[in-house]
Amino acid sequence: MDFLPLFQWFEATAPGTIVRESIWMFPVIQCFHLLALSLLGGSVLAVDMRMLGFGLTTTPLAELGRRLHPWMVLSLVAINVTGILMFLSEAIKCFYSPPFFYKISFLVIAIIYTFTLWRRVVESEPGSFSASRNRIAALLSLALWFGVGFSGRWIAFY
Amino acid sequence: MNLDPFLQWLEATPGSLYIRESTLLYPIVETTHVLALCVFLGLIALLDLRLTGLGLRSIPVSAIAGKLLPWALFGFVLMAVSGALLFYSGPIKAAANIFFRIKMVMIALTGVNALLFHFTIFRKINDWDSAPVPPARARMAGMVSLVLWCGVVICGRMQAYNWFTH
Repeated sequence: MDFLPLFQWFEATAPGTIVRESIWMFPVIQCFHLLALSLLGGSVLAVDMRMLGFGLTTTPLAELGRRLHPWMVLSLVAINVTGILMFLSEAIKCFYSPPFFYKISFLVIAIIYTFTLWRRVVESEPGSFSASRNRIAALLSLALWFGVGFSGRWIAFY
Repeated sequence: MNLDPFLQWLEATPGSLYIRESTLLYPIVETTHVLALCVFLGLIALLDLRLTGLGLRSIPVSAIAGKLLPWALFGFVLMAVSGALLFYSGPIKAAANIFFRIKMVMIALTGVNALLFHFTIFRKINDWDSAPVPPARARMAGMVSLVLWCGVVICGRMQAYNWFTH
C-alpha cells in the first residue's frame, strides 16, 4: 500500500499550511514541544528511578505515580498537539525520514505500554510485583522513551 | 574586551573543525544535549512545581531536593559538557547570536536565584518542609526558576534559527 498520497494530504491540510507558511510558528511550536518533553522526561524519570531504587525512595511508589500522573498526561497532550502541528507542516519530509518512522513506532509502543503494563506496576499495592519485575518495567519504560527522544532529534538530520 | 581573536583561534582548532564537519558526532552531541535537558530540567521542574505549591504537595520538599537534585546535577553536567562542545564547534557564530547571549545571562540568573533560595528561606526548611503550599519566598524562587529555565530552553531553540544576528 502506498502511503505517500496520505502524507501529501496531511501536508495540504489547513493547519499544516498555516504553520509551514509562517516564519515564526514552527520555532514557537518547537519550543513548547521541548518544554513539554522536559516535563514528561522528569515525571517519567522520577517514577522509573524510584522503581530502580534511586531518587525519591522515601515516597511510596504508588503515591509518587499518582502525584505525577496528571503532569505526565498534561505533557503528553502538549507534546502530541505540538508534534502533530509540526508533522502536518512537513509531512512529506517526514514520509522520507527513517528517524520519523522509528520515532512514531517507539512513541506508539511507549504510550500503550505506559498506560497499561507500566501503570499497573506503578499503582499496584506494595509487594504485588517483585523488585526485579519493577526494575524490568522501569528499564523498558526508560528504553522506550529514550528511543522516542533520540530518534525524534534525528528527524532534523535525516 | 575584544573576544574576536580568541573565538577565531578556537574555531580554527582541529577539534572544532572535527565536530563541525562530522556527520555523526554533531548530531550525537546535539541529541545528548536535548536528552540531558530532559533529565535536568524535568527533575528541576518537579522541585519547582513543589516549591510553587502546584504539584507533589504530599511529598516533603526536603525529600525532593535531597533525592532528586543530585540526579538533576548529573543532567546539568551532561548538558553543560554537550553544550560546551556545541559552542566549541562554531564559537564565532554562537557568540554573535543574540539568543545565545540572552541564554547565558538567563543561566547565570538561575544560579543567582538558586543561591538566594539556598541561603535564605531554605535554611528554615524544617518549618515548612511538609506544608502543601510553601511560604511566599519559596514559591517565588520556584516560579522564577521555572520561568528562567523555560526562557533558557526557548532561547536555546531559537539560537538555531540565527535571527537578529549581531
